[in-house]
Amino acid sequence: MTTATRTIEELANREYKYGFVTDVEQEIVPIGLSEDVVRLISAKKEEPEWMLEWRLKAYRAWLRMTEPTWHNVHYPPIDYQAISYYAAPKQRPKLNSLDEVDPEIRATFEKLGIPLEEQKLLSGVAVDAVFDSVSVATTFRKKLGELGIIFCSFSEAVREHPELVKAHLGSVVPHTDNFFAALNAAVFSDGSFAYIPKGVRCPMELSTYFRINAQNTGQFERTLIVAEEGSYVSYLEGCTAPMRDENQLHAAVVELVAQANATIKYSTIQNWYPGDKEGRGGIYNFVTKRGLCKGAASKITWTQVETGSAITWKYPSCILQGDRSIGEFYSVAVTNNRQQADTGTKMIHIGKDTKSTIVSKGISAGFGQNTYRGAVKIGKNAKNARNYSQCDSLLIGDKCGAHTFPYLEIKNTSARVEHEASTSKIGDEQIFYCRQRGLATEDAVNMIVSGFCRQVFRELPMEFAVEAQKLLGVSLEGSVG
Amino acid sequence: MLEVRNLKVRAEGKDILRGVNLTVKAGEVHAIMGPNGSGKSTFARALAGHPQYEVVGGEARYLGRDLLDMDPDERAREGVFMAFQYPVEIAGVSNAYFLKAALNAKRKHDGLGELDAMEFMTLVRDKAKLFDLDASMLGRAVNEGFSGGEKKRNEIFQLAVLEPKLAILDETDSGLDIDALRVVANGVNAMRSTDRAFIVVTHYQRLLNYIIPDFVHVLNDGVIVRSGGKELALELEEKGYGWLEAAGASA
Repeated sequence: MTTATRTIEELANREYKYGFVTDVEQEIVPIGLSEDVVRLISAKKEEPEWMLEWRLKAYRAWLRMTEPTWHNVHYPPIDYQAISYYAAPKQRPKLNSLDEVDPEIRATFEKLGIPLEEQKLLSGVAVDAVFDSVSVATTFRKKLGELGIIFCSFSEAVREHPELVKAHLGSVVPHTDNFFAALNAAVFSDGSFAYIPKGVRCPMELSTYFRINAQNTGQFERTLIVAEEGSYVSYLEGCTAPMRDENQLHAAVVELVAQANATIKYSTIQNWYPGDKEGRGGIYNFVTKRGLCKGAASKITWTQVETGSAITWKYPSCILQGDRSIGEFYSVAVTNNRQQADTGTKMIHIGKDTKSTIVSKGISAGFGQNTYRGAVKIGKNAKNARNYSQCDSLLIGDKCGAHTFPYLEIKNTSARVEHEASTSKIGDEQIFYCRQRGLATEDAVNMIVSGFCRQVFRELPMEFAVEAQKLLGVSLEGSVG
Repeated sequence: MLEVRNLKVRAEGKDILRGVNLTVKAGEVHAIMGPNGSGKSTFARALAGHPQYEVVGGEARYLGRDLLDMDPDERAREGVFMAFQYPVEIAGVSNAYFLKAALNAKRKHDGLGELDAMEFMTLVRDKAKLFDLDASMLGRAVNEGFSGGEKKRNEIFQLAVLEPKLAILDETDSGLDIDALRVVANGVNAMRSTDRAFIVVTHYQRLLNYIIPDFVHVLNDGVIVRSGGKELALELEEKGYGWLEAAGASA
């Protein structure tokens, strides 16, 4: 794309400031999916035989599966043979230091506000940067290594720590879990891996930043986090993509394993390109995220701020297997213009005295359609299980929609399950009140929306909460006339 | 400070104000009284720029500028403040945060530096003391779960922090018991000064026992039918609004 057309496009879509394209030499596998493509991806990554076998099993399972249709999102059929399943920036195969990262890619991440130089990372966040299909840089590895913490790209984990990957890969999201998860298992190209040893409290936020750059490609990354007994980790992922007229598929899988007394906090700020005002382009975001509270008194918290993507389909869930384990889900999902989101969670109570909390805040503006879908299952042995769910919807304008589908399945009579739901509209009276105190309309809307989302924002690490609040403002720009 | 000439306002397809004239000078307190449906609140809201009220004729000049040409938020930043009859709730936004944003929007407009959190809290704590307000209220969400009296006190507190040039009180006394009324009136009286004007819209004379107006205007059926000094309010108290009907019929 020339600079001139890019500028025009940027002007037309100035709401989305991450829409630029990086000019970097790419290695892209021809479009289409077959066993050969799966083998090719595996070979490119120099994977061991067991990894290839796992991929092939997933691919064969995927062939027999059908795309789900139960969701409340609508899109034209995806042609899975028209997508390229692997794109990677051309460069030396193995990096020994951050200085070897392609300067164009480094510039891209800097433009996105993700500096890869360690000395610049004053906020103390270790970053793994994934550009299209591959991880290009992971920072602060040495410092983390001293504590026994492993934080690296998924490919590297397969090479360097095969025993850990083998033990946990697919243990939470099996390769046959669902259509998109099976596809991911067959063709995933990279992602992040984190391992926190017993009793270690990870001293900094671990963060992965995903960037889709190439055209006509899908991005399929896989993240695996294992927290051993008594450990703690807070992990954040962020994502952006260039603006393109055609839709791009993103099908990721995240698996979390928390052993006894371990805590994993997983926060997402999802800002994939949402498409333009008429609904052209944008990312199709079909993601499977699940955490296993394996040991007693373990805890997993999902916090997500979903502002991007043309379609969002994701249900970060918790399997509460260990007694007294805790699952939490805090979500803000915004749909503006023609965006559609079908998102929520599943809390599966298996152990005794398990507890889960769900707080979902859906914001719809323009023609946006926002669906909360959540399931709470209390197994027959889950004595004294407790769940509290709160689903609030906020409507801006009268052409958008909010939908709530809560599912409850309770097999133990000692369970206590509460569900609250509300739908409200930003009223003219509220906006006028703010304006009468001197606030401009946009600032008034931002303030009202931030107030609505406060319960979720306060779960985010401080600096990301500020970022999330700004992002929300940008996403809703122009939604009130 | 404020010159209103022949102001005509429509709301929901009905003519509410049918030619209001009013001159307010700095330092003055004007009371606007009148029966229900006379257009008192419409007058207050139209001056503040409420979008549901359509100005169909006349003019209003504020400090030499065309008030009606300004957006509601610009009017506010220029120093026009309205205490709401029904203050609005904003869930999840603390009073302190809201007030800080409002004050800084105004300070920025006035070319002053924005206050940081520390400076702001010092300022509002002092004001809260002055107005006998429980400072813990600052941490609560804007008007959420406030009693009627608390809401009105909060409005006057905002007035005290924002220090407007022209303050309009829209039936601030409605729904207040006598103690709350006194607190609110004390707040307003403390804010009276030679460079600040008040327009006090009220149905009852009661409030004017505490806030002594310089002028009283009686609004009926969209026009001011009588103006006078504070004694006019007492006359109304005695006679009620019934005589207006007769006066209107004979006019």
